[in-house]
Amino acid sequence: MAAANATRNKVGTWIGFVVILVWCLLPVAWIVSLSFKGPGETASGSPQFLPKTWTLQNYRDILGFGTVTPGQENTHQDFLDALRNSFGIAAIATVLAVIFATLAAYAIARLEFKGKRLVLSLALAIAMFPVVALVGPLFDLWRTLHLFNTWPGLIIPYMSFTLPLAIWTLSAFFREIPWEMEQAAQVDGATSWQAFRKVIVPLAAPGVFTAAILTFFFAWNEFVLAISLTSTTASRTVPAQLSFFVGPDPFNPPYGLLAASSVVVTVPIIIIVLLFQRKIVAGLTSGAVKG
Amino acid sequence: MVNIVKQYGDGFPAVNDVSIDVQDGEFMILVGPSGCGKSTLLRMIVGLEDITSGDMMIGDRRVNDLAPRDRNLAMVFQNYALYPHLTVYENIAFPLRLAKASDEEVDRKVRDAAKTLELEEHLERKPGNLSGGQRQRVAMGRAIVREADAFLFDEPLSNLDAKLRGQMRTEISRLQKRLGITTVYVTHDQTEAMTLGDRVAVLKRGVLQQLATPRELYENPGNLFVAGFIGSPPMNFLPVTVEGTSAKLPFGSVELPPEKAAKAEGKGLLMAGIRPEHFEDASVKSDRGAGSTFRARVDVVEWLGNETYAYIPFEAPPEVEDQLRQLERDLDGEALHTQLVVSLDGASRIREGEEAEIWVDGSKMHLFDPATGDNLTVDREHAGRIPAHAMEEAQAQPAAAG
Repeated sequence: MAAANATRNKVGTWIGFVVILVWCLLPVAWIVSLSFKGPGETASGSPQFLPKTWTLQNYRDILGFGTVTPGQENTHQDFLDALRNSFGIAAIATVLAVIFATLAAYAIARLEFKGKRLVLSLALAIAMFPVVALVGPLFDLWRTLHLFNTWPGLIIPYMSFTLPLAIWTLSAFFREIPWEMEQAAQVDGATSWQAFRKVIVPLAAPGVFTAAILTFFFAWNEFVLAISLTSTTASRTVPAQLSFFVGPDPFNPPYGLLAASSVVVTVPIIIIVLLFQRKIVAGLTSGAVKG
Repeated sequence: MVNIVKQYGDGFPAVNDVSIDVQDGEFMILVGPSGCGKSTLLRMIVGLEDITSGDMMIGDRRVNDLAPRDRNLAMVFQNYALYPHLTVYENIAFPLRLAKASDEEVDRKVRDAAKTLELEEHLERKPGNLSGGQRQRVAMGRAIVREADAFLFDEPLSNLDAKLRGQMRTEISRLQKRLGITTVYVTHDQTEAMTLGDRVAVLKRGVLQQLATPRELYENPGNLFVAGFIGSPPMNFLPVTVEGTSAKLPFGSVELPPEKAAKAEGKGLLMAGIRPEHFEDASVKSDRGAGSTFRARVDVVEWLGNETYAYIPFEAPPEVEDQLRQLERDLDGEALHTQLVVSLDGASRIREGEEAEIWVDGSKMHLFDPATGDNLTVDREHAGRIPAHAMEEAQAQPAAAG
């Protein structure tokens, strides 16, 4: 009886797994398969799941190797520019946001100061503010300040939108670290800064990486600000650039190209997650104090 | 080497006007029930806690305003505070790396310390994979390599199980003797205090009660609090009135030596303190000596082989009952009723519920003033330093945490 129950549980669990996997991965698989289809197939009325003839032409067009489809000569240049912008803007925004957030979160976790709650609630309020509401004012402001269509023009708003979340995440991590660690370091001869850098930051590494990844994803995927605050490929990021891939026929968008671009921009995200997932594993402080 | 006078208060005087002079190379113990300010005192020495007033002297240097890193002290924390992201080797090397020691010097010192503490085979492991005792040794290793002016221990053994605690206690004692380094050790465990310390400072609510060697504390407690805190099972406190040379206890009279009786002359109702081992079953006591005997009904008997604890309940008059209850609270105790604990010879055949004849050594009896708590019969020559009115002052303090 018990064995039968266990088997039933197992089967149920696996069915659950499969359903969720299919639900999540089917669109991804669809995009991957689309990216290998030629324009003839994507334009036909009844597209099948797998390509009839596999082609790398979409990737050739956006990355600019081999023979490029006529009419798409500039696509790869625009796409590569956008990719460069995305990388640069996301990376700089991430680094700056994490540095500021680490310092701010440390202060919030360790120090008692007036207005601490105010800072935290304000940060939360900013995080809840709808991005769209800021597009208009920012557009005007950036044009006056000559930040329109520049990297800083995107880095600054990305930072301010990701800082609150980063601060909240990090201050939770800092609070977890026993204060004795730092005191021990001070007794051992460290200055406050050394204690922070050599003991606290390494211990908060999972938190720092979590915050960094969240910030990077936000900046990498962001669309509304990217499309509104840029005008050329000098600073336009990939999500915004994709919306300009319309092709010669307005009724026939180049689905293959779009799918290939989506695959290309997804790859870095997957790589980052794979690289850092080990670092994100919390519980690094186990063994610090009595276990 | 250290001459400390300090007051501390943020509306909450955790440590109040304590002066302790720790000699070079001495093993000083700070002991007291929880919330007596002993840890706060230690943290003030090392510089993690601000000093409100008074002077903290190391050698002839005033260190009140120095940061912890400039005081050249090494501390072992209660939870060890090892750095989990570093190996044992790097944990021990941490203070040296901060001091910018050369790699070769670091290696030599770390290996020396590891050898002393038998940590050699664990050097490449992370603290998370070590047992409690090993972590404890790593924490000590980190303190040793500093070559600091003094070691400070904050209840280092309280996280270990009983067996390991005994071993580490011996280990700490041996290490301290070999290195000959001044040590201040905080504990709430009186066994640690008695066995480790050259001198012991007993604190209560931030006030120093007595500063003496363990033997002096045991034989000549300065007041009721010290008497009740030191010793296990604790000293018995009984209401007593002294007439001539005989002391009237709830069970009967006991003859006192004349010089002790003289000190209690005309004081009315007093508190008598007698250690459990100064009682004996009259039937197994061959040499009755100067003692007296009385008969009492034994409530509970605990036979431990080498000795027997017998419990004899008694009714305390209301004047002293309050005082006894207060004392019990101060000592973190929870006794429900007033009883006498006597330690008898293992050969004693007294059974529960029996009326037995008990012998008591009157010459070892202490007499305390119930109002002030002072020991009237203290031998001041052999009692170390007893600040006047320590108990009354402590009583006036609000109970503190820490």
